[in-house]
Amino acid sequence: MQSTDISNPDYFHKVVDCQWACPAHTPVPEYIRLIADRRYADAYMINWKSNVFPGILGRTCDRPCEPACRRGRVEEEPVAICRLKRVAADYKGDLTGRMPTPASAKNGKRVACVGAGPASLAVARDLAPVGYEVTVFDSFARGGGMIRSQIPKFRLPESVIDEEVGYIEALGVETRYNSTVDSLKSLLDDGYDAVFVGSGAPRGRDLIIPGRQEAAANIHLGIDWLSSVSFGHVEKIGRRVIVLGGGNTAMDCCRSARRLGGDDVKVVVRSGFEEMKASPWEKEDAQHEGIPILNFLVPIEFLHEAGKLVGMSFDKVRAEYDGDGRRNLVSTGEAPVRIDCDDVLVAVGQENSFPWIERDIGIDFDRWDMPKVDALTLQSTNERVFFGGDAAFGPKNIIWAVAHAHQAAISIDKFCHGGDLRDRPAPDVTVISQKMGIHEWSYDNDIQNDMRFKVPHLDLGIALKDIKEEVELGYDEQLAFKEAQRCLNCDVQTVFAPKLCIECDACVDICPVDCITFAEDGPEAELRTRLSAPALNLTQDIYVSDGLKTGRVMAKDEDMCLHCGLCAERCPTGAWDMQQYLIDLAQVSPIKTRTTRQGVQA
Amino acid sequence: MTYMTKPKMHHPDLKTNALGFTRRDYEGPVSTLCAGCGHDSISAAIIRACYQLNLQPHRIAKLSGIGCSSKTPSYFLGASHGFNSVHGRMPSVLTGANIANKDLIYLGVSGDGDSASIGLGQFAHAIRRGVNMTYIVENNGVYGLTKGQFSATADKGAKNRRGVPNMDEPIDMISMALQLGATYVGRSFSGDKDQLVPLIEGALMHKGAAFIDCISPCVAFNNHDGSTKSFDYVREHNEAVNRMDVILGREPITAEYAPGQMEMVRQHDGTYLKLKKIATDYDPTDRVAVMNYLQEHKARGEIVTGLLYVDSDADDLHGYLDSVDAPFNSLSDADLVPGAGALAKLNASLR
Repeated sequence: MQSTDISNPDYFHKVVDCQWACPAHTPVPEYIRLIADRRYADAYMINWKSNVFPGILGRTCDRPCEPACRRGRVEEEPVAICRLKRVAADYKGDLTGRMPTPASAKNGKRVACVGAGPASLAVARDLAPVGYEVTVFDSFARGGGMIRSQIPKFRLPESVIDEEVGYIEALGVETRYNSTVDSLKSLLDDGYDAVFVGSGAPRGRDLIIPGRQEAAANIHLGIDWLSSVSFGHVEKIGRRVIVLGGGNTAMDCCRSARRLGGDDVKVVVRSGFEEMKASPWEKEDAQHEGIPILNFLVPIEFLHEAGKLVGMSFDKVRAEYDGDGRRNLVSTGEAPVRIDCDDVLVAVGQENSFPWIERDIGIDFDRWDMPKVDALTLQSTNERVFFGGDAAFGPKNIIWAVAHAHQAAISIDKFCHGGDLRDRPAPDVTVISQKMGIHEWSYDNDIQNDMRFKVPHLDLGIALKDIKEEVELGYDEQLAFKEAQRCLNCDVQTVFAPKLCIECDACVDICPVDCITFAEDGPEAELRTRLSAPALNLTQDIYVSDGLKTGRVMAKDEDMCLHCGLCAERCPTGAWDMQQYLIDLAQVSPIKTRTTRQGVQA
Repeated sequence: MTYMTKPKMHHPDLKTNALGFTRRDYEGPVSTLCAGCGHDSISAAIIRACYQLNLQPHRIAKLSGIGCSSKTPSYFLGASHGFNSVHGRMPSVLTGANIANKDLIYLGVSGDGDSASIGLGQFAHAIRRGVNMTYIVENNGVYGLTKGQFSATADKGAKNRRGVPNMDEPIDMISMALQLGATYVGRSFSGDKDQLVPLIEGALMHKGAAFIDCISPCVAFNNHDGSTKSFDYVREHNEAVNRMDVILGREPITAEYAPGQMEMVRQHDGTYLKLKKIATDYDPTDRVAVMNYLQEHKARGEIVTGLLYVDSDADDLHGYLDSVDAPFNSLSDADLVPGAGALAKLNASLR
């Protein structure tokens, strides 16, 4: 098969599973090493550069990195990447001199951001320090968007939001809070060079079934109810509460209800427990708080007596799969299940809503009434208008919003300066050999056998009494160190130089996970079956190198590699080297956070 | 030397053998030999062979003398018995241990210095007595521990790192073993595990004196141009006479090769050696023909490898001596000290 092209930055980027899976491509192993080194501020800044909201994401991220983590394959559980990010935020201390400052000179370009959620704020963060005049509009009194309105305070304290929104507001961004944008046309007419729409997916989907109108007083839309709770407009709920829906919003609803007087809170979902959209850990947290999750129940009607909600009835279903593997929920034919309740929270989905965008200003909408947005450039069919976050492609999560924002900022920057939007800037790749002496390596390559450490929680009795009491306590420094040591340093790559290899087999013999094979060449599918350990995980590349004296090839399965460096340690000729690949995605702002073992580089 | 420990983690798909052990369970601590040493590959081959043969680690005794090669038993079979003897004296210690307990599997690991110089006499007598053992010489042609002087197996004309040729005749341990009556003789190369692992497996299952000469390049002192024991030289001059598989008794035997190309040799314990012939005129059961073949090919500068000779009906030292069946440690005081009456009887029989 074709030898691997390791000069393509994507090759080694993919090996860093966590970073590759992260929409914002945060250099995870690098900041985890810094945490282990107690250099929390450095770790925080690496995060801040890449994902803008480390303290917020360290508590609320959907963590696409963790299912991808290699540790979860060689052992059982991934590294607690998300909660280590929180550690960096919790212990960072003084950041004086680290944050960028407002631009000393403006570049004369004006950008409007609609909504003050994560997408808009991240665009502002990228553009303001290089001289753009950025104006952020939001109908609420303070910035943060859904971060502030929808995420319960027991998961994310207000102070963390204030701090991280504050870093962006301090960059000379003009904020127009308490002001609703009701016409995109007039915004464009105001002469902004570009408009970024980061208005989220603000409308909760309703459930129209019999009894909905009659019992309306005790039926609440999940995200609206959460924001009422957030802003203190709602302070209690009935004793018996049903939460409909299986996503993370439903989990926030049920746990909030539990803290506002609901002592009999149930989540009811149509699907099976496994297919629920909520993250596994959010389901776990809800169950830990004494909230049962009842599955395979499809709502039939809201039951009411004398104009007051008294309960709901459900049809019991089972999942059947047709020939194409599509799931159908089929009634079991049993009698309807009745669940009595005082309140219902409907969290069955969110929708986009653009009543304020005129349909005659050159923005095309598709048949789902979503704007047509270029996935690469985030540009709409009106060249001055860009979308990001939930407003672009429907409800996702904060980290996707940030990822969109960086790309949209690059596009806006190019657009304002007449560049080609499709010509995307290359990542910044730094390669550093880790060899220090004959047997010394400049990274900690001793593989720890510890299983994942649990994050300490507040005692449930206290947690359920106060909706603002943060329930997760976070790792302390000792636990954080131990958890950080579980990281395999996947960014320290095994780099092979065939010209130096004498084919002595030392690397093959020492590899603890049988990654390396020297074999006759063959087509990839066939070669994969002939390796020391067959490479059956097709999502992981094999690193193939020809140019050996015997005419064989070196084939290394990246799947299980522990990055322990023993191959390089036992190589007599230095044909294997351990090299750190730091891959930083391009951004508009030249924010300097590059760190080395020696310290922060200027 | 390497200070790192090898991670305990292994590939999740790593298979277990009939005893429930993974290959990793047959390992020892990380080697302290020079990185890339051929000896480490031989250790890996021994680990693989023991794993594949489902050997119980505590039923194996590994013995060695002095030298780089003799250090290696520290780095494999961490759960087996070990004895690191005086320089060149491994064969005597092994013979003694074997006499005392014939139930263990004996693995002697030695080098060209330990066996061809200081221990040459020891080597010769253990072989000619037919001690039931696997005797591996990790042969690199130099004294690595003392910085690369030629050893007794270095070929005449081979050059050292400074380009100075060796003027002494080499000792050919394969030829000696054949002359002295070894009943299983093989030669292999540390860089070819496909060949080496089955050879070790066959030797471990063989009853009688099994000898393997394994060329094992010294990456520090004997892997340069002009060396005849370097990776490149051995790969260029390697002439394998056959390829072998060891078939455990209970596995079905299927012939994959045309007649005349494949030969099945039944060993004493019921295992089969399946030999795929490469040199079609080569008969590994004819000792005299083998010796002639080796001399002819050596004269042409070829390194003949493979299973060179096997006598599958061989007996061993215990058979020759008609010794007691049970290991000494299981004999009672009454068995071991039969008393004055028995002595008197014995003396009377000799008068």
